[in-house]
Amino acid sequence: MIPAAFEYHRPADIESAVGLLQRLGDEARVLAGGHSLIPMMKLRMAAIEHLVDLQDIGALKSVTIDGDAVTIGAMVTQQELIAHAGLAQSAPILREAALQIADPQVRAMGTIGGNIANGDPGNDMPGLMQALDATFLLSGPDGEREVEARAFYEAAYMTDREDDEILTAVQFTARPGGYAYEKQKRKIGDYATAAAAVLVGKEGGKVAWASIAMTNLSDTPIWSQAAADALTGTDCGAEAVKAASAAALADIDPTEDNRGPVEFKRHVAGIIITRAIQRAWSRA
Amino acid sequence: MSKIHVKLTVNGKAEELLAEPRELLIHVLRERLNLTGPHIGCETSHCGACTVEMNGKSVKSCTVFAAQANGAEITTIEGLGTPDALHVLQQAFREHHGLQCGFCTPGMITRAHRLLEENPNPTEEEVRFGMAGNLCRCTGYQNIVKSILAAASEINAAKEAAQ
Repeated sequence: MIPAAFEYHRPADIESAVGLLQRLGDEARVLAGGHSLIPMMKLRMAAIEHLVDLQDIGALKSVTIDGDAVTIGAMVTQQELIAHAGLAQSAPILREAALQIADPQVRAMGTIGGNIANGDPGNDMPGLMQALDATFLLSGPDGEREVEARAFYEAAYMTDREDDEILTAVQFTARPGGYAYEKQKRKIGDYATAAAAVLVGKEGGKVAWASIAMTNLSDTPIWSQAAADALTGTDCGAEAVKAASAAALADIDPTEDNRGPVEFKRHVAGIIITRAIQRAWSRA
Repeated sequence: MSKIHVKLTVNGKAEELLAEPRELLIHVLRERLNLTGPHIGCETSHCGACTVEMNGKSVKSCTVFAAQANGAEITTIEGLGTPDALHVLQQAFREHHGLQCGFCTPGMITRAHRLLEENPNPTEEEVRFGMAGNLCRCTGYQNIVKSILAAASEINAAKEAAQ
């Protein structure tokens, strides 16, 4: 399969990349790892006149950990996330989630930024970013701006990012506590039938705080305040987990597709959320 | 659409060519450089038959544009061994029945090569996880895993003997 013809650009810095996007308008798309975009171009489901490859922009590849403040450049690959010793220490849920994305070859190319900015409800990083309460850094013609992950996703493939903006980095505050990213998929390389990211803090045997988000169970990632509230202050026993799971299920809106009917997805979601909470708590 | 001047180092040899931006790395390798070891299987980034090494990473060359690979060092199955001097992995696949039809084998071995570079002494589970991006439709995976573990032992034994 050969994609339709396009012009290829490889800018050396963010300003040049933004300049290209501004000049070329909606005929241009940025290329990160390409493992969502290139298959769509080959299937001719995405028609792109200008491809702006970000691989030469060194500023997009850095990982900075300053105390509990973590900043990850958009072009850091899943493989690099998995191998990063500092991140494994301060935010091990990133590694756990990244290991469940696609397969080794895809993780060698696929980036955190591409996974986040594409807006595919099946991508795992958007849900994880909800759980982490991350902030996204966007660069555009008017400079840089910040958007909260929880306010970024509008609908499937629709985000707050403008056509002439580039996601440059994600930032979040790492909080010590238990974590789990639990994902059910039909096979290696598939997107989640249901996945959940859970972070939980423990004080005096009780849940001090919790953050619960879900992947591929609505047309955007879902962060459930109600699920976190149901867990907070409890001993995370069976009743509390059941209540939190029920609260999370009330916040999702799965649709029927080749991964199954709505009823099945809700069933799988309930199991995945429960497992994620229990595993996160066991690590808290 | 303007063509792009692409420079690659493929199996240690410098190559230069003009490519359309939409030309995929697999097509450049197979049709321009006559390296038909990497195969085109699913063409949708699933099967791994097109796996090559690019700058020390395993990639699916059906999902990389040649323009993206500009400046890269590429290793294909042709760069690992020859019919007269098989690579340890090739020999192990042969001895342990790690192939039947052979279509997936170049991708399997190229991927296994990188896996053993990164983890010279993997467990069976690590081999299975590390090979998850390569599909085989004839043998099942039992003998492929066995071949890779055997090659790992042999490489490690050779290393120890050399020390």
